[in-house]
Amino acid sequence: MALVLNEEQQMLKESAQGFLNEFAPVAELRNQRDAGSETGYADNLWGQMAEMGWAAILVPEAYGGLEFGHVGMGQIIEQTGRTLTASPLFATAVLGVTAINNAGNEAQKAQLLAAIAAGELTTALAVDETAHHAPAQISTRASLGDGGYSISGSKCFVVDGGTADRLIVAARTSGLAGEMQGISLFLVDRTASGVSVERTQMVDGRNYANIQFDNVLVPATDLLGEEGNGYAALSATLDAGNVYLAAELLGIAQESFDRTLQYLKERKQFGVLIGSFQALQHRAAHWWSEVELCKSVVLKALQAMDANDRQAPALASIAKAKLSEVAELATNEAIQMHGGIGMTDEYEIGFFIKRARPAQTLFGDSSYHTDRFAQLSGF
Amino acid sequence: MSDLQAFRQETRDWLEDNCPQSMRSPSAGEDMCWGGRNFEFSSEDQKLWMERMGAKGWTAPDWPTEYGGGGLDRAQHKILKEEMARINARSPLSSFGIWMIGPALLKFGSEALKQQHLPPIVRGEVRWCQGYSEPGAGSDLAGLQSKAEDMGDHFIANGQKVWTSYGDKADWMFCLLRTDPDAKKQSGISLALFDMETPGVTPKPIKLISGSSPFCETFLDNVRVEKDQIVGEVNQGWTIAKYLLTHEREMIGGMGMAATGADSLGQTAVKALGMTEGRLNNPILRAEVAKWEIDGACFALTAERVTDEIKSGHGVGATSAMLKYYGTELNKRRFETLLKVNGSRAMLWDGEASKGGWLPRTWLRTKGNSIEGGTSEVQLNIIAKNILGLG
Repeated sequence: MALVLNEEQQMLKESAQGFLNEFAPVAELRNQRDAGSETGYADNLWGQMAEMGWAAILVPEAYGGLEFGHVGMGQIIEQTGRTLTASPLFATAVLGVTAINNAGNEAQKAQLLAAIAAGELTTALAVDETAHHAPAQISTRASLGDGGYSISGSKCFVVDGGTADRLIVAARTSGLAGEMQGISLFLVDRTASGVSVERTQMVDGRNYANIQFDNVLVPATDLLGEEGNGYAALSATLDAGNVYLAAELLGIAQESFDRTLQYLKERKQFGVLIGSFQALQHRAAHWWSEVELCKSVVLKALQAMDANDRQAPALASIAKAKLSEVAELATNEAIQMHGGIGMTDEYEIGFFIKRARPAQTLFGDSSYHTDRFAQLSGF
Repeated sequence: MSDLQAFRQETRDWLEDNCPQSMRSPSAGEDMCWGGRNFEFSSEDQKLWMERMGAKGWTAPDWPTEYGGGGLDRAQHKILKEEMARINARSPLSSFGIWMIGPALLKFGSEALKQQHLPPIVRGEVRWCQGYSEPGAGSDLAGLQSKAEDMGDHFIANGQKVWTSYGDKADWMFCLLRTDPDAKKQSGISLALFDMETPGVTPKPIKLISGSSPFCETFLDNVRVEKDQIVGEVNQGWTIAKYLLTHEREMIGGMGMAATGADSLGQTAVKALGMTEGRLNNPILRAEVAKWEIDGACFALTAERVTDEIKSGHGVGATSAMLKYYGTELNKRRFETLLKVNGSRAMLWDGEASKGGWLPRTWLRTKGNSIEGGTSEVQLNIIAKNILGLG
């Protein structure tokens, strides 16, 4: 498949850009942060997004969705990187839909996917139990007894964990931490008895939570997929998550570049524009080149998911590793080239580095994905 | 059966009948076919393969048939490449004629020049070299001083060229000469063609740090250049030169990534270092190899995307300057990693075991990748100025 957007995908990208610039620009992130917002986004934002069909993009038509594909959704998420927009798009419309669609039975899909598509249900994916992503290192246990499963354990840095209606929890029904076999996925109400949620204050101002499960009773009908065999669906969901985080980081790398380039053309020192200095020109040109590589790999990884390409997992790791490196370069260079004003809270450029790092870290940073890529490549 | 399917079948059959068995494997190291009047073929098969492909026009598949080319459209050209790859067919001909002066002639040349020069290029009968750089004009190419004086019915050229690739083996040169000494730098330059056997043309090989001599310095001493051998208008050669430089950048950028044989860097590292519990034995090198492969994959995808964008008319996309800059830097990095992966073995300069010191010599050769065809710094200047608008 050609590495270009088709007309519909291009239109979606442009309309997402228009919408986000108008209703959820970077200034809105500041408002939410300063107001101590619980969700990290304006109250009506998710409703507006759902109305435009964004919640339904990855949902199959059979379950009331648009089935528009990953390349399309990727364009929206990339734009949210440019505007640093928080919303349930990632945790619900990407992770929730992918997990349920991969692992769920007909009844679960019919009910949950339709509700997500309509903007009536939000989800959060609870996987990691330490500060370092390690999806097989799951100790949270679920044991089958009378009336269903009882879940005990803890999860941390769960995106939207403080606000989502339902949690998708990876727990161990057998085996030991570190084993892929024995992991099962469960749907758990955030407000169920025994669930305690503690919102964490994070550098990007977004809504994450540490969650304790203390003998939480879950009916057997809320087991998502086969008992003990949840790792494949979890892994595919994490791959999707990483590709979308890469898409968001692409938006961040591009926007911080565009803003910095503009600054190089405005700021004068020694009586000339600082963009006339070769020391900065070469760094800008290198940065631009790196972003060009990023555009290619993100698009390819999105296309690979749409095509169910067997290279999709490797491409997810390539994309996440590359984008993490380049986002680091981009946000560091952005501040350095802005000089002192880049260090101020008043100026927006500093918001990009504060969102980039958590997005890089979530679901594995560049070291994690470089290692995983090597493993998948047989070395 | 669609036309394309029929074309694929015909192509497959023809290749099956005409590609000698010994030409169905990657060419080892320097064993490339360059053609030309004085070329020594490494085998009868190599000659046969070049001649058969040349007669069919498939050494230049997308050139018009009226000039000896294959006349293939984009889809057919792709099929030809796929079918050649299917049987591991080698490139029948490596040629600066096909890569560089040919496309320039197609775009800027007179009908007579096209008729004269293109068919022999396609057939591999004439080997070309490029006379661009001079001792005082490297990155600052437009500062070239070699001149051609108008003698009425012909020009007389004097000066010195340097870094003439295979100048001692080539039959003809395309050469930038100053035809108007009073004009401002870029104006006053013409692109001239002449036979290397013309009296006064003296190529002398330059030995490189790699030990080989792929380049020459070429002295021009009262060389007669015919007036009908100027490409385009007199004094308007800079436009064509820039076009050719773009071509050269694409070629070097792309070539850098294609030249190390069948094994990936990761596979080479596995063979050289071994593994324990599924991981390469040296964890630091493992990370270095993986990072290179990730960047290599992203670069290859970018070359693909740029091609796709041009095809679909989506604007210019990433330019040749970026591909040249990134591709050559990446290639240098690859060889640095290959040295580490192979340890002291990589230092063997000669002998059977090291295939004549292939690795250290090739490694040293890559240092020129980011110099020739415009240095990395020049590419960054081009990106900053032309794409980013930084003055």
